[in-house]
Amino acid sequence: MAGEATVINVAARTSLWLQPHRIVLILIALALVLGAAFFMRWDWLPQYYQMGLVGIWRSLWILAVTCFLGFLLAVPLGLAQAAGPFWFSAPAKAFCTVIRGTPLLIQLWLLYYGLGSLFPQYPWIRESWMWPYLRQAWPYGVLALTLSFAGYEGEVMRGAFAGVPKGQLEAARAFGMSRWKIFRRIWLPQAIYRALPTLTGETVLQLKSTPLVATISVIDIFAVSSKVRQDTYLTYEPLLLLALIYMAITGILVFAFSRIEARIPNKIG
Amino acid sequence: MVWSRPVHPSLLLAENSSSPGASHSGAKLIDALLPASAAGIIELLSPVPPGWGGTLLLGLLHSIEIAVGATCLGLLIGTCGAYGKLYGGPVVRDLLAVYTTVVRAVPELVLILLLYYAGTDLINQLLTAMGYQRIDISGLVAGIAVLGFVQGAYSTEVIRGAILAIPQGQIEAARAYGMSPGLLLRRITLPAMLPFAIPGLANLWLIATKDTALLAVVGFFELALATRQAAGVTKAYFTFYVAAGALYLMLSLFSNLILGRVEAWSRRGMPSVKEAR
Amino acid sequence: MKTVLKTFAAALLLGVAAMGVAKADPVKIGVAAEPYPPFTSPDASGKWVGWEIDFIDAVCAEEKLECVITPVAWDGIIPALTTKKIDVIASSMSITEERKKTIDFSDKYYNTPTAIIGPKDQKFGATPDDLKGKVIGVQVSTVHAVYAKKHFTGAAEIKEYQTQDEANQDLAAGRVDAVQADSIALGEFLKSDQGKGCCDLKGMVAPDVEVLGPGVGAGIRKEDTELKDKLNAGIKAIRANGKYEEISKKYFDFDIYGEDSQSN
Repeated sequence: MAGEATVINVAARTSLWLQPHRIVLILIALALVLGAAFFMRWDWLPQYYQMGLVGIWRSLWILAVTCFLGFLLAVPLGLAQAAGPFWFSAPAKAFCTVIRGTPLLIQLWLLYYGLGSLFPQYPWIRESWMWPYLRQAWPYGVLALTLSFAGYEGEVMRGAFAGVPKGQLEAARAFGMSRWKIFRRIWLPQAIYRALPTLTGETVLQLKSTPLVATISVIDIFAVSSKVRQDTYLTYEPLLLLALIYMAITGILVFAFSRIEARIPNKIG
Repeated sequence: MVWSRPVHPSLLLAENSSSPGASHSGAKLIDALLPASAAGIIELLSPVPPGWGGTLLLGLLHSIEIAVGATCLGLLIGTCGAYGKLYGGPVVRDLLAVYTTVVRAVPELVLILLLYYAGTDLINQLLTAMGYQRIDISGLVAGIAVLGFVQGAYSTEVIRGAILAIPQGQIEAARAYGMSPGLLLRRITLPAMLPFAIPGLANLWLIATKDTALLAVVGFFELALATRQAAGVTKAYFTFYVAAGALYLMLSLFSNLILGRVEAWSRRGMPSVKEAR
Repeated sequence: MKTVLKTFAAALLLGVAAMGVAKADPVKIGVAAEPYPPFTSPDASGKWVGWEIDFIDAVCAEEKLECVITPVAWDGIIPALTTKKIDVIASSMSITEERKKTIDFSDKYYNTPTAIIGPKDQKFGATPDDLKGKVIGVQVSTVHAVYAKKHFTGAAEIKEYQTQDEANQDLAAGRVDAVQADSIALGEFLKSDQGKGCCDLKGMVAPDVEVLGPGVGAGIRKEDTELKDKLNAGIKAIRANGKYEEISKKYFDFDIYGEDSQSN
């Protein structure tokens, strides 16, 4: 499970901030930051910060949309694998295997350039209502990232569905609930609760995948930093700032998820 | 795989005789899957020079080389990191925490760019400052170092968790026997943690094989860049990206097979561990 | 524990150093790792071929330099030069004042006009008015990207691609309405099956020496004046002894050097 490795450890360390060695380390870090601020070139910031904000907004938007859609897709994928008959479970399993077994970069290029290279053979595509979307790059980025998220999270959902105790479902059946009702009221909510802890890790992983869309000409925050690098011939400054931005976003995500998780009752099943 | 798709001979003929981009016949379905003719695809993918199969395979070889190197380096860093996190002093622990947090919060693509340019530059500046001659770091070494650095952060966490999963009594018993820390590491900790660490490390290997593709963005020759070059020269974008995907998939499936065996081997003689992760 | 860590770190550094040490002597000629025919592109056996490869080989042979072709990503080619991953950029890089702030250039070795191509079924030219409302594809960090930004912003949308091929590819796919690039590189695309099918030449853009520069030169680090002199001498020599013409004839039916009166 890919998520496991990235669950960021936000152990309770609030009280331990002010130990002597920590203060020294923080001072060193501050010195490094100040040194970077003084000795590196930041004069390009005013010119690009607006573009940067748009880029951050676009990255976040892609992240939110693809996680949401990907999760919606992951539910049937997990269910099909956990409980479906062979002709449902086999394609779902194949889908997850292919998505998890190939690099996202290749999936992205296949969707954008691979499919694009087939367009000239079909003139009618350009007349269809889809063309305004097919012309742009972001739908491909959103599609690839959604499928990727669904592939990884589908595997998690499979485990989550399979992990709901049999007794719960049997009890629901004993109450005379219909199959649909059992799914809607018992099975799905419990599976989602079980999958929630992995969501933090998966979302952070997804955030870390978003810069790949820059390779198909979507202008996200990564693309903006590349632009700064190309315009100013500076190598480190835009990249360092970019790393800082991603760390900040990750930090906010982890914090937000920990707040959400704290609100969810953990005594289930 | 594309080339194994059954193609009706008549369609094949029709395809061959029409010029690309001008076919509106019944061969459209085939067309959709195969931008050029099937024969053309076999020619494009053939391993001898007019075809680009050899280039792709060479790229795959480079990808595997980097993945192996990066995983080994990652294991080395991970073992040291895990030891540092568990038994190191407060400063070492804090520094390692910064390392693992930063690496896991910043996209690999950004880290690769940063380390690729900064890493080699720093080493050389260090060397010249110390009075040595600057060295020429090859792309392969740089790729391994960069990915290994990233892998190291994840390995640290995996191995740390695995060491913590070892029953404390085993380590205490070894200490009671008067084993030196080195002997303890070699004879007790490492072998005992393996079954707990291998699922996580197996996963890291799979991530490493896929992350090699990111090196294409810094212009390092591996499978993804080989594919990009082949697709760019021949214009058969669809064919080559599908072929590259198939190669990566085969690598993953093959790895899964081997790793499953390794996992079973590392657990020999143990009661079945259900949640080793 | 700390000593163990230190030993490991030292071993690591040494290991990297030992593995990384290659013969320090050859001049590393950086070319973009992405195909840019007919100047630099890999063939199916992985060998780099094209006019610029032949050209730089001739210059190296003339000056008795041992040169190796080193592919690096185009959008990081200048950092690769400044961080000494490569010693020379021979990748159709135009000499511009902007770039000269960071790196130095040899004398120019070719200069060709900048063209705009578009789909066959549309008629337009290469002026900002013609391109109103269109999407123009360019390769990132090229003079063409700068030119398009300067002259077509407002009129057209500019879309930047990492490689020239991908921009061409998207023109064929219909995702952009026009592509601006070097006329020879575009000519090569128009000659390909794909290019023949979809697109044709719309015209040459109005000259702007400030942006487009006086031509293409070899990029070198500012401090490598010795290498610069050698390259300049080599270029001059193969211009004089007919080698340049001989190589060019293999690829082109005209002289791509451009005007001779060139002070750089």
